Amino acid sequence: MIHKNHLYRLVEFFVGLLFGLGLMLSGMTDPGKVIGFLDLFGSWDPSLALVMGGAILVGFFAFAIAKKRTTTFLGGVLRFPTNLDIDKKLVIGSLIFGTGWGLAGFCPGPALVSMADGQPKALIFVVAMLVGMIGFELMDRFVHAPRKAKVGHA
Amino acid sequence: MNLDWAHFTPWASLTGGIILGVASAIFILVNGRILGISGIVGGLLPPKVGDTTWRIAFLLGFVAAPAVFHAVVPVEHITAPRIDAAELTVIVAGLLVGIGTRYASGCTSGHGVCGLSRLSARSLVATASFMGAGFATVYVMRHVI
Repeated sequence: MIHKNHLYRLVEFFVGLLFGLGLMLSGMTDPGKVIGFLDLFGSWDPSLALVMGGAILVGFFAFAIAKKRTTTFLGGVLRFPTNLDIDKKLVIGSLIFGTGWGLAGFCPGPALVSMADGQPKALIFVVAMLVGMIGFELMDRFVHAPRKAKVGHA
Repeated sequence: MNLDWAHFTPWASLTGGIILGVASAIFILVNGRILGISGIVGGLLPPKVGDTTWRIAFLLGFVAAPAVFHAVVPVEHITAPRIDAAELTVIVAGLLVGIGTRYASGCTSGHGVCGLSRLSARSLVATASFMGAGFATVYVMRHVI
């Protein structure tokens, strides 16, 4: 019998592969197509609305089932996000992300897949993105963490 | 607004979207996790004990996708991606996407697909914000500058 941990690793690999294939087929890995969708006032390519629509159509039923359950199909923990705050961090972070998305036409997933597909500009994008993520991590640790600690002691 | 019929790919995009939904469905129902790329990658910076293998397994499958895609899909059906942005713009864009997605705890997959699918108000605000900023940025880049 297959060990449960191995089954998890297998599913993770398969889901990653499936998600990457979905991104490639959908056109999300083509920045020209992404920018064509974001260009409402030019010649508009509505394709990406169908990507979102198709994904959410399936996702809606999946999450409706998940919400009714207490465990996964394998009896594991269902890790739903616990943060419900609609705060400045969420909005400002999303605005920063959307600006970068509009500038190059890459969001994190498609950029990684394009890099793996051998696109040099996607590699440049991913390196910059990782630098940005590490930068955020350091900033969060050295700027926000000490303040939180003080609040904790008060 | 005029539609760009030349680049419109309704069936490929809808099918691709459904595949993204199926992958997200398997991930929550079998593994109990939200499929969000910026979160999966960001959680490795730095790697934490006991919270790394699943991320690596997912990412290995993820970066294997192009090889499988090219093996399965005939060459004549594959269109080369158009990456028009200059290198410097790509660097600035990458930095903004890296900082922004971690600050907002999610990107197009985590907030846009999974969040909207589970009717999260938080993800709706995030998606409206990054889409709005995306529309505005492309408007400025293409029609103002």
